[in-house]
Amino acid sequence: MDFLAYGSPGFLAVTAAAKSIFFVLMFTLPLAGILTWMERRQSAMMQDRLGPNRANLGRFRFWGILHFVADAVKMIFKEDFIPPKANKFLFGLAPVLAVAPVFIASAIVPFGAPLCAGQLLDKVPAGTCAAPVDLQGAQLNAGLLFYFAISSLSVYGAALAGWASHNKWALMGGLRASSQMMAYEVTMGMAIMAMFLLYGTLDPGAMVNAQGDMPWQWGIVGIPQIVAFVLFLTSAIAESKRTPFDIPEGESEIVGYFVEYSGMRFGMFYLGEFVEIIVSSAVIITVFFGGWRFPGAEYLAAHLPNLVFVLLSVALWSLKVFLFCAFQLLIRWTLPRLRADQLLKLGWQRLLPISIANVVLAAGWILLRR
Amino acid sequence: MATTVKIVSRPAGFQRQTYLMGVVSGLWVTFRHLMNNWIGNLFGRRKQTDIATLSYPEEKMPYPARNRGLHRLMKRDDGEVRCVACMMCPTVCPAHCITIVPEEAPDGRIEKRPRIFEIDELRCVVCGLCVEACPCDAIRMDTGIHASPTLRRADAILDKEALLSHADKSTAVQGGVGPFWRIRVKG
Repeated sequence: MDFLAYGSPGFLAVTAAAKSIFFVLMFTLPLAGILTWMERRQSAMMQDRLGPNRANLGRFRFWGILHFVADAVKMIFKEDFIPPKANKFLFGLAPVLAVAPVFIASAIVPFGAPLCAGQLLDKVPAGTCAAPVDLQGAQLNAGLLFYFAISSLSVYGAALAGWASHNKWALMGGLRASSQMMAYEVTMGMAIMAMFLLYGTLDPGAMVNAQGDMPWQWGIVGIPQIVAFVLFLTSAIAESKRTPFDIPEGESEIVGYFVEYSGMRFGMFYLGEFVEIIVSSAVIITVFFGGWRFPGAEYLAAHLPNLVFVLLSVALWSLKVFLFCAFQLLIRWTLPRLRADQLLKLGWQRLLPISIANVVLAAGWILLRR
Repeated sequence: MATTVKIVSRPAGFQRQTYLMGVVSGLWVTFRHLMNNWIGNLFGRRKQTDIATLSYPEEKMPYPARNRGLHRLMKRDDGEVRCVACMMCPTVCPAHCITIVPEEAPDGRIEKRPRIFEIDELRCVVCGLCVEACPCDAIRMDTGIHASPTLRRADAILDKEALLSHADKSTAVQGGVGPFWRIRVKG
């Protein structure tokens, strides 16, 4: 069993695969499914309607949560139509390119307190574990840079979908998507640059470790951090191409880059959008809201079996991410859509200078605190 | 043709130009509605929420008192049909959906009574002119129900017995009770 000894490459590879699969299958996909229902139900409640509440199993209605199962079944059985003049290869590739990067990018998110190998049933106070296994798909030094590099690949999905559909509206949507995502990626990177200066690391796991249990010890406390949070949130919403930044889709003017898609291929774009919400929420929670940390974590770590404590931290982390997803839905259903020129003006002429100024502010903050 | 450009003045001031406070106050409005409706719905206090949706098959809106529903024939005090087969309603009917075949009344107090009184509900345009025309309050449309869907066309033609079967039913209120169609009732 040397191959799987603690710390060996084999051990790292197997645990990384296991953690990533657990994360995607047990957290991201179910939550994305629930969010498709929640978006409709929450928006209904915000607009004084009832929303979808009828998909039931016999007498059990579950407030309509099962609508997402019904939606998936419907999408699978719908006709998979490819326009005759479309480029068939690129048309099939585009939804994959839109969804896959988001899942890959989620590998860097730490989703719970570290498991202690071999001491799962013992009480392990914080920092005393001999063989910790971080609950994070991949511990990369480049951490958040990896997130940017991979998630910006999803622009290819949108642009290719627009091009391959052989439809002018789709092409326009693809063009809008690429110009928008380029504009906001720079701001996003600059917002994280300030946090990188303050933490001194890009590894999300190390960022979580640098934050404390109490809310006032989390990353958002402080002026440069609040500015970075608002900038990052704004660009994250723009990256996921949702209202108020949904001009690539803009269903009332051009239906967007997936206008020609039907069935499960459309479902993949749709799902990718919600996975993007989850991953961006998870990154924001990691960087600005203490990751899995919660008040009383240190006390509970010393008084609960390691496994129980880790499960508790995963549950509370999930709750944080869920609440932040709900907040993103609230924004989506409150603000009206920007015009294309307003959107680019906001990105390049407003947010980018502010984000650069914030980097300078963060550097000065470090200088003062030294 | 020269294009004319109208310059629209934008809101002045840093706070209004950034829209940040506007965004926050907008979020607060939607959040308040969300919480109010969600919590009220969760604890079964729908009446206190702002939700305007009616869950149709379970909840129905009552019709206004003057609603024109399915026809019915009225009865006299002795249980006989009020209709005297004067042919006013088939004459006025714009859809020609009323068929009356009169016969001599046996008791001698009135001349005629309908041997056959049929209304084709598929042809009826629910205009209510037959009710207006009737001189002896024999036909009414105040049952508050609809003509029920049928599998065969022939079943939609209601005969005298079917029309008399609702003789005791009425939603009409003398003088009316005002606009109460926004009140929900559990059906």
